[in-house]
Amino acid sequence: MTADSVLRARVGAIPPGFDFPPVTLVAAPPLARATVAIVTTAALSHPGEPWADQSHDYRLFASDDERLLLAHNSTNFDRSGFALDRNVVYPIDRLREMESEKTIGRVAPRHASFIGSTFELGTFLLDTGPRLAAELRRDGVDVALLTPV
Amino acid sequence: MCTRTVSTLARALESAGIATVSLLSNRKQAEGIGPPRGLYCEFPLGRPLGKPLDPVYQRRVLDAAFALLPRRDGPVLVDFPDVIEDEADQPLACPIPPRLDPNEVAAVAEARALRPAYERGLARSGAPQVGRVVDADGIPEAIRPFAAVVVGAQWNAVAYPGSDVAALLLDIRAYYETAALGLAEHVPAARASESWYHRKTSMGELLRRYFEIVKQADPPFPGLFYLIPMSQTDAELF
Repeated sequence: MTADSVLRARVGAIPPGFDFPPVTLVAAPPLARATVAIVTTAALSHPGEPWADQSHDYRLFASDDERLLLAHNSTNFDRSGFALDRNVVYPIDRLREMESEKTIGRVAPRHASFIGSTFELGTFLLDTGPRLAAELRRDGVDVALLTPV
Repeated sequence: MCTRTVSTLARALESAGIATVSLLSNRKQAEGIGPPRGLYCEFPLGRPLGKPLDPVYQRRVLDAAFALLPRRDGPVLVDFPDVIEDEADQPLACPIPPRLDPNEVAAVAEARALRPAYERGLARSGAPQVGRVVDADGIPEAIRPFAAVVVGAQWNAVAYPGSDVAALLLDIRAYYETAALGLAEHVPAARASESWYHRKTSMGELLRRYFEIVKQADPPFPGLFYLIPMSQTDAELF
């Protein structure tokens, strides 16, 4: 087994610890008219601003921010990919290309990062997730692309 | 763990009126939570779009994800057809510069000697990935507290720059892995540079010895889980 498959099996066995209600899927606008934001759990940060372990908070980054550090505190995933090319986690350049060719309507002005190592999920669902949604909607976002590490 | 968070956040955003598509790295977690529209990609953890420096491939993944957007019959969970595996069992083959000062701590001397390779690696990469608590200039000296513990100091009696040991070790690892990018002439497979750092360098050896000491320490060392990846130790960390 590979290192990742061992890890997948072990963390996959952890129950959500939360009874999720049914989810209703909203009607998405046509992609060519959508404003798209990235929401990642890679714990992006600026230098000198590490993340607290088990944080539920989020940080917003302008779409032209070039100083992004992958500050996730877990040691259990590859980091060389992001070091070579942030798009393998945070595909901002791909979205810009899609905007240029009019595949998507617009790249959102701001994008969000959480840290994805937090066990307790209810706060994401009931507090920081809705707060982020309100901020993104003020930016005109109607589609979010979510990426894990 | 990230798929749990991504799946939960996707539900929160969708409930607030934002249509979501999620890349997912753990199918079982996704099945347990049910993000509205998910594309399961069996790629190396840390590379959710599969291949660094491959815009065409990344675009294939994005196109597959955005193709789920019109669906309203979710939760939708679709498998991307490719599988890409990590290569933690094959450490990157990088030459390590010779040790010039036999009186210096081996890992400190090694980190100094790797600085040109670090700069070359930085030129290949984007933004510097060292900088949580120290910058690249501070890396050699940041190694000293770990060396002090290995020769007998108490883990909690030495001064770690920034006082966050986990973040400091990630800066040291990022420095070494960036140097590895400067020494390699290709795109390393996932975890190949991680294994080079932990198994082939003096710093990796120092960290293993530090780990063996602090895992039995009294008072207990907090956060053993953040010292060494599970793939690099037989210790039960999870």
